[in-house]
This record gives sequence, structure tokens and C-alpha cells, in this order.
Amino acid sequence: MSLLEVDDVVVRFGGVTAVDHASFAAEQGRVTGLIGPNGAGKTTCFDVISGLRRPTTGRVGFDGRDVTAISVHRRARRGMGRTFQRLEAFGSLSVADNVRAAVDIHRGLTGIAVPWRRSRTAQVGALLDRVGLSAYAADRADAIPTGIARLLELARCLAADPALLLLDEPSSGLNESETEAFGRLLRDLAAEGKGILMVEHDMDLVMSVCDEIHVLDFGSVIASGTPSHIRDNPAVQRAYLGQADTGQVA
Amino acid sequence: MGSVVSFTILGLFTGAAYAIAASGLVLTYTTTRVFNIAHGALGMVMSFVFWDFSQRQGMPVWLALVLVLGVVAPATGWAIQRFVTRGLGDGPVSVALVVTVGLLVGCIGLATQVWPPATRVLPPFFNGSGFQVASTYVTAHQLITVLLAGVVALLLYLLLTKTQIGTAMRASVDNPELLRLFGGKPDRVAGMAWAIGTSLAALGGILLTPVIGLSYYDLTLLVINAYAAAMLGRLRSLPLTLAGAMGLGILQSFAVAYLPSDGLLSGIRSAMPALFLFAVIVLTPQAQLRIGQVKGVVSAPLPSRAKQLGAGAGLLTLVALLATSLPDDALLLVGTAATYAMVMLSLVLLTGYGGHVSLAQFTFAGVGALVYAKLGEPTLSGLVVAALVAAAVGAIVAVPVLRLTGLYLALSTLAFGLLMDKMIFQAEFAFGTNNSLQAERLSILGTSFSSLGGYVLIMTVFLVLMALVLLALRRGALGRLLIAMRDSPAACGTLGLDTRWFRVGLFALSAGMAGFAGGLFAGMRGTIGASDFQVLSSLPLLLLAVVFGVTSVTGAVLGGVGLTLLPVLQSSNPAFAGLIFAVVGFGAVALGRDPNGLANRLFTLGRTLRPRLPAARRTADVPEPDEVTEEVPAHVAS
Ligand SMILES: Nc1ncnc2c1ncn2[C@@H]1O[C@H](COP(=O)(O)OP(=O)(O)OP(=O)(O)O)[C@@H](O)[C@H]1O
Ligand SMILES: [Mg+2]
Repeated sequence: MSLLEVDDVVVRFGGVTAVDHASFAAEQGRVTGLIGPNGAGKTTCFDVISGLRRPTTGRVGFDGRDVTAISVHRRARRGMGRTFQRLEAFGSLSVADNVRAAVDIHRGLTGIAVPWRRSRTAQVGALLDRVGLSAYAADRADAIPTGIARLLELARCLAADPALLLLDEPSSGLNESETEAFGRLLRDLAAEGKGILMVEHDMDLVMSVCDEIHVLDFGSVIASGTPSHIRDNPAVQRAYLGQADTGQVA
Repeated sequence: MGSVVSFTILGLFTGAAYAIAASGLVLTYTTTRVFNIAHGALGMVMSFVFWDFSQRQGMPVWLALVLVLGVVAPATGWAIQRFVTRGLGDGPVSVALVVTVGLLVGCIGLATQVWPPATRVLPPFFNGSGFQVASTYVTAHQLITVLLAGVVALLLYLLLTKTQIGTAMRASVDNPELLRLFGGKPDRVAGMAWAIGTSLAALGGILLTPVIGLSYYDLTLLVINAYAAAMLGRLRSLPLTLAGAMGLGILQSFAVAYLPSDGLLSGIRSAMPALFLFAVIVLTPQAQLRIGQVKGVVSAPLPSRAKQLGAGAGLLTLVALLATSLPDDALLLVGTAATYAMVMLSLVLLTGYGGHVSLAQFTFAGVGALVYAKLGEPTLSGLVVAALVAAAVGAIVAVPVLRLTGLYLALSTLAFGLLMDKMIFQAEFAFGTNNSLQAERLSILGTSFSSLGGYVLIMTVFLVLMALVLLALRRGALGRLLIAMRDSPAACGTLGLDTRWFRVGLFALSAGMAGFAGGLFAGMRGTIGASDFQVLSSLPLLLLAVVFGVTSVTGAVLGGVGLTLLPVLQSSNPAFAGLIFAVVGFGAVALGRDPNGLANRLFTLGRTLRPRLPAARRTADVPEPDEVTEEVPAHVAS
């Protein structure tokens, strides 16, 4: 039984079929990559998994249960966390307050109106530290570089200590050394037992940190397997060659 | 049997007129994503213009019609799109709502100024002549209306499917960027849509005027009917909108025919659109959380605690001085200003912090006042019960629209306010018909504040307390979450927040604050009535709150004073009463894009005027320990 099971999911937007009978899984304690050319339907898959979009047909299983009909926040409460490709940081709050808000949400709303409730500064500090954002704690979240804002979204997710992390292009905007550190963080999180499903265009990162990779093209899974298996797969190479500008499979 | 037929025909006629107006609303909304609350108000102004041309100036009816529908209305619509609403569709919904509410109020003010209240009659086409069909008399006016609805539907269909600009209109619904990419001109498309939309509003108004009368308010409120009809198609589908309009017209006509004309049900006729709307909303499927955050939201700085306390003490001292020196009629104004300021504080929470708009905040105040007066328990606990009931009512309004987003919530409050106005407040069991429900002054712990001066002072104490509590909430976890929700509901949802119930809670809290103010107000006045809490007075309330700054307590207090002085100003300059109203409306149109309002300009002015600090202090530039500054340049979609 996998932590996450996407089962025969179809999403249609009017005439466009963004996800076409896609099935794949992600395991606990492992980093799973979800790759594919632009417009392959990766983000749409994430929307379906996290509950922001109802699939036209198909089912999503999480932690042994069918969550297809369950609302966004219930899935989150059951241990799903996600970041967004198009940033969704709380722009008018500081970086620290972004994380603090996530901690508040995680602790439940009873008592949010109590002004003297403890603000758990230490917990917030630890989370920022973990993703390497301490230096930005006081900055407004809409004033920090994109790459940093992605890390902020990750820190926010971690506040809820989720079992599954859905990361949508988390490393875009990071420089080389930041990306390296980020890769190590992912491995650490997986070692702690978290499942990670990551959409990523940086093939070096994908090949170095993922345990397993699923390749999506025109909404369908065209290949699944270990990094070396995917690297040598002719169908994958063809899918990427059809794309003018999105990197090459390394 | 004959009566069924004649009521059906009447229903078809009103339905057809609604359909015409509603399709204009859908057209403007889908092409620009700006919901024009002033749609009915524009129809109202155009109906007056038509009356002016055809009756006062004596033009032939056809010429007046051609001039209004072909020239005045489209030009107005185009100009509004060009100079008022352009770009609003990309910004926060609350800003677009405030600006179009400003337009609505401005239209009413303009109409009252140009055509002061008087009896005006607009005869139906062909002076009401018609023909007998079996046992029913059908007027030419009715027939023309139904035919026109068919013609409008056909023309719109042809326009949208067979012409280039129509295709562009449909494309801009889905993706204005895409449209621009393919060489379309979104601005021209939007201008065209607004020109046609306003013409349709005008036509709808002109057709209905012989039936409902040339009234500033009734024609303005037609937007609710149009909205109710359009909601059947989720503001997008024209065929469903037509079906909704026809259904609404027939339902309304049957309500007149078959429901008792007294008691609770008597209000149903005028409340029918609102009821219809609630039914449609309850049946509407779940909306998805919006992804893609609203950019450029700015908050006013939070004052430090010392400043808060200082300002509170200052206000209390001022009112204490006034309480001992002013005559009673002036003191009543001070108390009214305190009430309005408290109601505006409820908007600071809901709109300023939370980003949601309520168009019926006075209705909640009315609920509080009603409960306080009926309870006959003039103590703190009576006041608290009044606030709690208002909060519960607020939650009840928000629950049916749980599944929908900002715009629908705001419009539903307007429908709700109308419903309360027509069905509850004016009823015998509530305020009664002659504005004379008695309420006693409050006493706290056995001390009765029976003198007006003392009462006004205690109201101010409550105002200050409410403001301090609000600021404490803003500073704490709740404030953080409010901002988080405003910036990204999708992220809040994926972090585990039940965004729908959070919104209901917010709405209830805000309604409770307004209800509290209403209860206090009832105690001060001694006698109150339905006219004190009319739904339409909630609109200037919102506008002045935004103009003075709906993100800060200072703005609320200034706005409260402003709203109190408005009628005073009007009654001392009766010749310009309409103009003053229009200035408020159009002022909000001009300033509505910056929710921080005049209050924030005062703050920034204060900061720039502060003596230039020595360089050492400026480089350090540490904000006062608990002074949270949160300002960045305001770029609310321009
Ligand atoms: N809301 C929507 N309405 C209509 N079509 C959409 C919508 N969202 C996505 N699509 C379409 O669905 C397809 C898949 O989009 P999606 O964003 O899931 O791709 P992706 O794999 O995440 O691409 P990228 O690598 O560029 O992020 C695309 O063709 C896109 O145009
Ligand atoms: Mg994507």
C-alpha cells in the first residue's frame, strides 16, 4: 500500500484533456519525481491530489483511504502539504509571520482570538533555520527573491509536519549551491520518513535525489522507474526532444 | 382561469424586461470581470433621461428611444469602462465592488439633483392600448417588451458567434492575455461590451418604468433581479440567464396573485428576487479556491499601544467636554457618529482586514437594535444578547454562500438586506410601520445612564474599547490569519484551514459588532424604526468607510463623523442634497482603489512632516518596538 495513489485520473478543461488516465504512486520515506515537458499536466495533477480541483474521473488514495471527495483542508489535516509553482506566499506578511500563520493553522483555530496566546517563536525559528531562511525572517514575503519564496512555502508546509510533501518546481530560482543544499534537505526529510513528490525541471537535481521517477507527457504517464532507467528510456527522450526549450534529459 | 393567463402574461412581460437588463449585466461581467452593481442605477438614470426627452422636452417617443439607447447610454457605458472600471477586473474583488457601489450612489445623487423628487409619469408605449386575447387584455407595451427580449437575445447570439468582436468578447472571458497575443484589443472589446450593456440596462429600465414607476431606488434595485436571473447561469451563460429572468418574472407575478396580501407573506412580492437568489445560490455547485494571489495589498500601519491608549483617552476627553457643553440635538449627533464609527469598525474587520465586502452592515445593526428594544432588558447582558443574535444572523447569511467566493457573498448581503427590509423590519411584529419602537437607555451594574450626555460618553467608551480589542486581534494570531486568507486562500486551504467556516466566523463577528452598535443606538434614541436601518444606507456607509480608510480605526472614526454630517449638510443645503450625495459616490469612485483612504494619507503626511531626524538615528531606523509597519506602495490594479 503506497502513501499516495493516483488512480486513472482524468482532467478535462473544456476540450483540452490536461490529465489523461494518469496512474502513479509515491511512497513513504522516498523522493519521487514527476517530470515532463511544459504543459504535460503536472501542476494539474498536484491540484487534483491536493484537492484544489476535482478530477473529471479517477480517484486519489492517501494513507490507505480514498480522499477523492474530501475537501482541501481535510487532506491537509491528514498529512498532505504542498507548495505552488505560481507562488502563494502571504505577500503582505513577513517571512516569519508566514510560518507563524502556518503554525497557528496547524494548532487549530480555537483560541486564535486570544491576543496573549503564545506565538511559538522558537518553533518558527527552527523551521526557518531548517530551510535556511533565518536571514530573511523579518522581510516582507513579497519582497524576497522567487527561489527564497519557494523555500518559504516549504517551511510553511513543514510547520504541519506532513506525511507527504508535494513540491511544484521547488528549485527554480535557486542558485547552484542553494540547489545543492536543497537536495540534501530533501534527502534528510525522506530519511525522516516523509514521502516527497516533486515536479522539477532541473534534471541534475531530479536524477541525484529521486528514488523513483514518473514521466508525464500529454497527461499520460509514459514511463516510471529509477533515474537510470528513465535516463535511458527512448520514449522519454522523444517526449523531451519534441520540446524546444525545456532542458534535456541529462 | 382567465386570471392565470393574465398573470402569466404579466410575468412574461416583467421576465422579459429582467432578461434584457440581465443580459447586459452578464455581458459586462464576462468580458471585464467587473460586476457592475450600478447596472440598475444606470438604467434608472437612463430612464430619467428618456422621460426628460420624451415627456419634458416633448420629443417623439421613437426619437427619444433612439437617442437614449443609441447615443447617451452607450457613450456613458463606454466612458465608465474607459475611465472608471478599467483594470478593476484584475484586482481584488472588494475594490471593484466599492468602486461600482460608488457609481451607484453617485447615480442616485445625480438623478436627485437633476430631477428633484416630483410626480413623474412615463406612459407605456402606445399609451397602454392593446388588444383582447380571449378573456385577457394584452397591452402593446407588454407585447413589445417580450418581442424585444427575443430580438435582444437573437442579436446577442449573432454578435457573440458571428462577428469578430463577438468572438473577441468570448475570448476575453477566458483569457485577456491570449486575446492580446492574437492581436485582439481587449480595451476596445471591453468598451464595446459596456456600451451595449448600459444600453440594455437602459432598455430594461425604460420598459419597466411604466409599471414600477420612475423611482430612484426601485429602478436601482433592479440590479438584484438581474443578478438573481444571471446567477442561474453563474453570471456566464446567456441562455440560462434568460431562463432565470423569465422564471423570476412569472414567480413574482404569481406571488402577487396568489399569496395573501397581509401578514408575513405580504412582503414576499418585493422580496421575491432575493428569495429566488438564495434558492439559486444554495443549488449552485462548489466554487474552487482561487489560485494566483491578489497582489499589492497594503495595510495601514498599526499604531503602537501607547498611541492607541493616548488617542482613546483623547477622544474620551473630547466627548466628555462636548457632553457637558452641547445641547441635546447636537449631542445626538455625537452619539450617532459614535454608532456609525462602531459599525465602520465592523467593516474594518471584515473589509479592511479580511477583504470581504458587506453591503448590508446597517441591517445587522438593525437586528441588534431590534433585539435590544424587544428584549426590554437595558443592561449589559441585553446588549450582549443583541450582539449575539446579530452575529448569528450574520452567520446565517454567510452559510448559504459558504461554497462561493467574494463577489457572491457581497451581493448576497445586499439581497439579504433587502429581504430583511421588506419582510422583517417593516412588519408589525418588528419595528412596526410608524417608526416608533421604544427602547430604554442602558444601565450598567445598576447605574443608569439616563442623561444623554452620560449615555453618549458611555457609547464613546464602548467605541474606544471596541477599537482597542480590534487592534489587539489584528496584532495577534487572528490578524495574521486574516491577512493570510486575503493574500492566498489556496495556501491557507492546503495548510489545513477550513477557509469556508473561517469566513463564516469572520462574518458573524463583524455582524455582531454592528449589532452591538445598533443596540446602543436604540438605547440612545429611545424610539427607533425600520427607516433607521434601511439597506441602502449601508452603501454610503461602506463608501465613506473606504474613502476615510477602511483599514484603520482612525478611518472608521473619521468616517463615522462624516456619515453623521452628511444628512446635516444635506438638510442645510436642500438645493444641493443630490449633489452632495453624488460627490460621496463619485468621491468613492475616485478614491476606492486605495482602501487605506484618507486616514493613511494623514499618517504618511504626519511621517513626512516629522522633523528630519539626525543621520545617526535614521541609519539605525529601528521601528518602535511594537509599531508594525506594513506599508509598500499601493498598486491596487490601476
Ligand atoms: N484552468 C485551466 N483552464 C484551461 N486549461 C488549463 C487550465 N490549467 C491548465 N490548463 C491546461 O492544461 C494543460 C496542463 O497544464 P499544467 O499546468 O498542469 O502543466 P504542467 O505540466 O504543470 O506545465 P509546466 O511545466 O509549464 O508547469 C496545459 O495545456 C494547460 O494549458
Ligand atoms: Mg506546472
